Amino acid sequence: MKIHEYQAKDIFVKYGIPINPGYLCHSVDDAIKAYEKIDHGLVVVKAQVLTGGRGKAGGVKLAKDTVGMRNHAANILGMDIKGYTVDRILLAKAEDIEAEYYVSYVIDRNTKSTLLMLSKEGGVDIEEVANATPEKIHKIVIDPTIGVPDFLARQAAFLLFDDIKQVRQAASILQKLYKLFVETDASLAEINPLILTPDEKVIAIDAKMTFDDNALYRQMKINDLFEPTEEERKEQKAKTKGFSYVQLDGDIGCMVNGAGLAMTTMDMIKLYGGNPANFLDIGGSSNPTKVIEAMKLLLSDKDVKVVLINIFGGITRCDDVANGLLAAFKQIDTNIPIVIRLTGTNEVEGRELLKGSKFHLAETMGDATRQAVELAK
Amino acid sequence: MSILIDKNTRLLVQGITGRDGGFHASKMMEYGTSVVAGTSPGKAGQQVDGIPVFNTVQDAVNDTGANTSVIFVPAAFAKDAMMEAAAAGIKLIICITEGVPTQDVVSSYNFINNKRAYLIGPNCPGLISPDKSLVGIMPAKIFKQGGTGVISRSGTLTYEVVYNLTTNGMGQSTAIGVGGDPVVGLYYKELLTMFENDPDTDSIALIGEIGGDAEEQAAEYIKNNITKPVAVFIAGQSAPPGKQMGHAGAIISSSGGTAAEKIAAFEAAGIPVAKEPSEIPMLLKRKR
Repeated sequence: MKIHEYQAKDIFVKYGIPINPGYLCHSVDDAIKAYEKIDHGLVVVKAQVLTGGRGKAGGVKLAKDTVGMRNHAANILGMDIKGYTVDRILLAKAEDIEAEYYVSYVIDRNTKSTLLMLSKEGGVDIEEVANATPEKIHKIVIDPTIGVPDFLARQAAFLLFDDIKQVRQAASILQKLYKLFVETDASLAEINPLILTPDEKVIAIDAKMTFDDNALYRQMKINDLFEPTEEERKEQKAKTKGFSYVQLDGDIGCMVNGAGLAMTTMDMIKLYGGNPANFLDIGGSSNPTKVIEAMKLLLSDKDVKVVLINIFGGITRCDDVANGLLAAFKQIDTNIPIVIRLTGTNEVEGRELLKGSKFHLAETMGDATRQAVELAK
Repeated sequence: MSILIDKNTRLLVQGITGRDGGFHASKMMEYGTSVVAGTSPGKAGQQVDGIPVFNTVQDAVNDTGANTSVIFVPAAFAKDAMMEAAAAGIKLIICITEGVPTQDVVSSYNFINNKRAYLIGPNCPGLISPDKSLVGIMPAKIFKQGGTGVISRSGTLTYEVVYNLTTNGMGQSTAIGVGGDPVVGLYYKELLTMFENDPDTDSIALIGEIGGDAEEQAAEYIKNNITKPVAVFIAGQSAPPGKQMGHAGAIISSSGGTAAEKIAAFEAAGIPVAKEPSEIPMLLKRKR
């Protein structure tokens, strides 16, 4: 789950990480009031959207007076950035910058640990730095039993700064950032850039955080910040029914048990020249209620011309699955052609039960996909 | 032979009094796995299908000599269960539970690793050495003893591949689902090495998916270290970026993780990649 920069900065402040002060504004009028409060000529107007690349899209601008600030605020509010409409901006004091750095904690799959990443190349796209000059990024594996003790924080800070006064400030930020990373179940806590001001203060002027969805059950305050898009709302609703659902833009609806098999079903549809309308994993069992709910979800997408049901009968045998499907479809009224492919335990019995029904039956994934693609034409 | 589990496996089921734990304990026993104990704090003295229940893993280990544990407890308690198993000296811990917070996995993995034990999962179907031992929730009937080792990030997709292998007369030495989360225990490199060293394994099927770069690393590793034939399938070629495809770990990020990158890495290393799961047996036979 993602949150906005201003929300991440609120969390930073709670943990004592110094930031440049700013105000959240929903309108140009808000921005004018905030500008007076900041009491400083140079400000930065920043779009608050749940996507990266705000700067490149023109969503971050400097202003030195009320006129400029007003213009930028008016331009950025309502702007579209990668499909997100900007409905709020952060007006923050623009600090003088002596040097910019990159600092983050991230969950790393390879080392199966939290990684502290640091670079003197701050304020730019860190992935570009990682690709072009990987040697400029330092990575430190954090041992979860000790976290980030003083020595480690100092050692890391010395990679960025030479002056001990600056090192102490940076080390303290690194420890606080780790504490909040762990305590909020974050999957990323990033400061880009962390800056050094001409008067030798180290502060965070940007903040980015994402959180582990699996941990939201114990992070209610974070969970409250969730702002789902319309698409995510649909996915969320599906989740409450025990489904994993992702809408795509094709016309072949898919209902599959298991995430890997569901992805493979989509891939096969593409491979055979069709277009999947969705990813849908209905999970383990396939009882009639589940199938009915899944069909409702698929048919709510008006682009769906064919439904492909691909079930591997493991512990739930194919004959049970077939009976479940027959019971479910007694209650579903649709003219959309349904292709069913059942395989696994007791598949012959399962297919036998479905014979004579209105379904298009298939034995292999290839056969099922071919039929579905043909029917969608 | 086989890897990780066989007739010597003495299995403990953590969370045996729960619905899933009880159900699968019976299934595993039915298959012939030596299920020697279960745990459920406060329920010592009870039995589930004749399997004695203990309060703690330590009690179960002391009494029964359990050497492997499978975990079915709810996500919020999985970290504790994994650590309890490792602390009691269990050397192979399989966590089936889905939805475990990543930082819980990070810290329990670290603890398990320090105890020199292995973790498989979480969010995995477990593993099977056909005709010897089943640990987890895999549908035993579709497996057959033989020479192909199977490593997979998925559940039902593994069954699909195994089913194709079995119906083509190719049995399996051991089949393992490593789990669909971003951070899980044993992964490609360790398991590839175990299969390479297992005399009964003559070929390996590797089933990957989008997210992370473990497949790219596996391709390089196979090229340099594995002599047995390997065939690969990668799921998620049509997945959109930034969307979690069922598994928490199956997500294409801005820094990579696409199926195309993974397939290219295997092809560059000279390892055949199946276009659809049904091609795996043919690709392995051709190389053998």
